[in-house]
Amino acid sequence: MNAASVTGIDRLGEVFTTAKAEDRAALIAYLPAGYPTVKGSLGLLTQALDAGADLVEVGLPYSDPVLDGPVIQHAVDQALRAGVRIRDTLHVVEQLAGRGGRAVVMTYWNPVLRYGVDAFARDLAAAGGIGVITPDLVPDEASTWIAAADREGLAPIFLVAPSSSDERIASTTAVTRGFLYAASTMGVTGARDAVSDTATSLVARARSHTDLPIGVGLGVRNGAQAGEVAGFADGVIVGSALVSAAEHGRAAVARLTTELAAGVRGQHTGR
Amino acid sequence: MTSASHGLAGTTHEPDDTGHFGRWGGRFMPEALIAAVDEVAVEYEKARRDPAFLAELDRLQRDYAGRPSPVTDARRLAEHAGGARILLKREDLNHTGSHKINNVLGQALLTKRMGKTRVIAETGAGQHGVATATAAALMGLECLVYMGEVDTERQALNVARMRLLGAEVVPVTTGSRTLKDALNEAYRDWVASVGHTHYILGTAAGPHPFPRMVRDFHRVIGLEARDQVLTAYGRLPDAVVACVGGGSNAIGIFHPFLDDDGVRLVGYEAAGEGVESGRHAASITGGTPGALHGAMSYLLQDEDGQTLETHSISAGLDYPGVGPEHAYLADTGRATYEPVTDAEAMDAFRLLCRTEGIIPAIESAHAIAGALRLGRELGRAGGDPATILVNLSGRGDKDVDTAARWFGVVDPASLPTEEPPPSEDADGAVASGEREL
Repeated sequence: MNAASVTGIDRLGEVFTTAKAEDRAALIAYLPAGYPTVKGSLGLLTQALDAGADLVEVGLPYSDPVLDGPVIQHAVDQALRAGVRIRDTLHVVEQLAGRGGRAVVMTYWNPVLRYGVDAFARDLAAAGGIGVITPDLVPDEASTWIAAADREGLAPIFLVAPSSSDERIASTTAVTRGFLYAASTMGVTGARDAVSDTATSLVARARSHTDLPIGVGLGVRNGAQAGEVAGFADGVIVGSALVSAAEHGRAAVARLTTELAAGVRGQHTGR
Repeated sequence: MTSASHGLAGTTHEPDDTGHFGRWGGRFMPEALIAAVDEVAVEYEKARRDPAFLAELDRLQRDYAGRPSPVTDARRLAEHAGGARILLKREDLNHTGSHKINNVLGQALLTKRMGKTRVIAETGAGQHGVATATAAALMGLECLVYMGEVDTERQALNVARMRLLGAEVVPVTTGSRTLKDALNEAYRDWVASVGHTHYILGTAAGPHPFPRMVRDFHRVIGLEARDQVLTAYGRLPDAVVACVGGGSNAIGIFHPFLDDDGVRLVGYEAAGEGVESGRHAASITGGTPGALHGAMSYLLQDEDGQTLETHSISAGLDYPGVGPEHAYLADTGRATYEPVTDAEAMDAFRLLCRTEGIIPAIESAHAIAGALRLGRELGRAGGDPATILVNLSGRGDKDVDTAARWFGVVDPASLPTEEPPPSEDADGAVASGEREL
C-alpha cells in the first residue's frame, strides 16, 4: 500500500470527525449480508446509507451467533439456508464502497479463521471495507488479526462490556482503531424498551482510557433512544430494530433510518 | 484409595496461563463473559488449594455419588475380543448413572463458593443435565437446562428426570436443535445473567479454565482405575480407551496415564453412518482446526467456517467439536482417535447386554466397540492377554427406547414418543425389525 494513500482507518475516523463537527453523534446501521437475499441486502444497506446512516455494519452470517438475539439469529439463519457465502459479504461491501458508502464488517471469528486471517484482511481491504467488528474475539487472542488489519489499513474494532474491568478496558482500547464498540448492557442483541443506565457509566469509564470515538450498541430501537445515546456517545449503533424493519422492506428501513438520523441530531419527535 | 480431590492437585500436563494446550484452547468468546470466566479461574485456583473445599468434594463423591466406582473384569465379553482382557471402569454405577456427576458436584460447590444462586447447563443425552439438576437440588440452587429439541425427543426419560428434580428444561429450537445449539443458548443466557448465575459447562471444552477444571474433576476416574488395575493385576493396562464427544470422560481416564509411556490411549469418536458419508460427529478424524464455543480445537465445519450438522445415534456424542486437550494429544500422538459407527456401537451395546448383564449408554457402547476391535488387534502379547481398560462412562436406561427401535424388540407404535428420532428414519430398518437382538 502507498504510504500516502488514505487508509480504511482514516476513512472511519472521518465518520466521527464529520459528525462531531456537526455537533451530533454518528449513526451506524447493521444489516446482515444475504438477508433476505444478497441483492436484497445490498438494497437495504444502500437505503440505510441514503436515509442518513453515516456508516454501515455488514453482518457476515454465521451458524452459531452466540451474542445475537432471536431477530438477528432468524435473519442470518435464513441467509445461510439460502446459501450465502463469505464472498457474498465481500461483494456487498465492494458494491457499497463503489458508490461511496462506508462499510465495516461485523463477523464472528471462525469464518475469518477458516477463510485465512491474512486473506480476509487483504480481500476486505481490496473490496473497500474499512474495519471489522469481532464480537467473539478478544484482543488476548487477536495478535495475528491486529497485525493483518494493520498491514491493510483496516480498523480492528473490539468491544467493551459493562463487566469489563478498567484494566481490560485499557488493554482493549490500546489495540482498537477507528472506534470502540461499547455494549450498552449485559445481554445479546435485540431491541429494548429503555437504554440501560450501565451504558453511560461504561462510556464514562472508557473515556478515561481513550480518545477513540465510542459507539454504543445493543438495544436501541427508535429515534428517542438514539437521541438519548447521542447525548453521551459518539456513535449510535442500531441492529435488531433495522433487521425487524427489513422484514417489511426497503421503505420501512428508510423510515426507521430517517427517524434514527434525526435522533442522533437531537431532532427526534419524542415518541 | 485415591479420592476425587487428588484430581485437583496439579499435573505435569497443564495449559499455559491463558488456557492454551499448544495451539489449541484459549478464549474465543465475547468480552462480556471474560470477567465471569476470570472469576471462575481465580475461584477454582483458590478452591483446589482449600482443604475445606477438597474435603467437602471428597465427602460428596464418596457418600453421595458412591465413589470409588469399581472395575469389572468382563470375561464373557472378552471372549469376543481376540483373547484380550477387558476391564470396565464402572462410571455407570455412579449416582445419576454416568461420570458427569464428578464434574457437576465440583462446579456446584464452586457456585456456592462464588455466592451465586442459579446454575445453567447444556445437555445432549441429558446425563449432564440430570447430574446438574441433581446437584442443584442437593445444594438448593435454581437450575435451568438447555436441551436441543431433537434431544428432548430421543432422551425423553432424562427430560422427565430433570423436571422431577426441580429443574426447568428449555427445548432449544434454533439451528440443528441438538447439543451445539443448547450451548449457544446457555451462552446467551449467561451473558445476561452472569451476576447471579454460574454456567456448569458439561464437558472438558469451552473457554479457559473449563477444559482444565472439568478435566481435573474427572481425573479421579483414571486415578482410581490406575490404582485398581495395579492392585488387582500387578501391572498397568496395555491400553486405556473411552468414547469422545466433547471428551470429558476420556480426558478423565486418560490423564493419569499420560506419563505411562507403555500405555496406549485411544479415543473413539462417533462415526454415525460412516465418516465418508458426511453424517457423523468425528471431529478429530474428520474435522479441521477452528474456534467454536470458546476454544480453538478440531471442528466439523464447511469451507466458510460454518459449523456442520452432525449425526450420531448417541445424543451425547452428537457435537461438532472436541475439547482442546484432545486436539493437543492427537497432534502430539500421545493419544489416537478412531471412528466407530452407529452400527458398530449398537452391536457392542447388544453384546455387552448379553454377555455381562450390563446395559451401557450408547455413548459408552462406542468405547466397548473400540475395545473389541483393539483387543482383536492386540490379541495375546507373548502368551499374556493384552489388558484393555474401558471407561464405561454411563448406563443405558435412557437409551432403552432408542435401542428397542434399533433392534425392533418392541412394536414401534407402542413406544411413547410419537415420531421416531431422525437417526432411525434413514434406513427403515426399525419398522421392518430386520436387526436381531
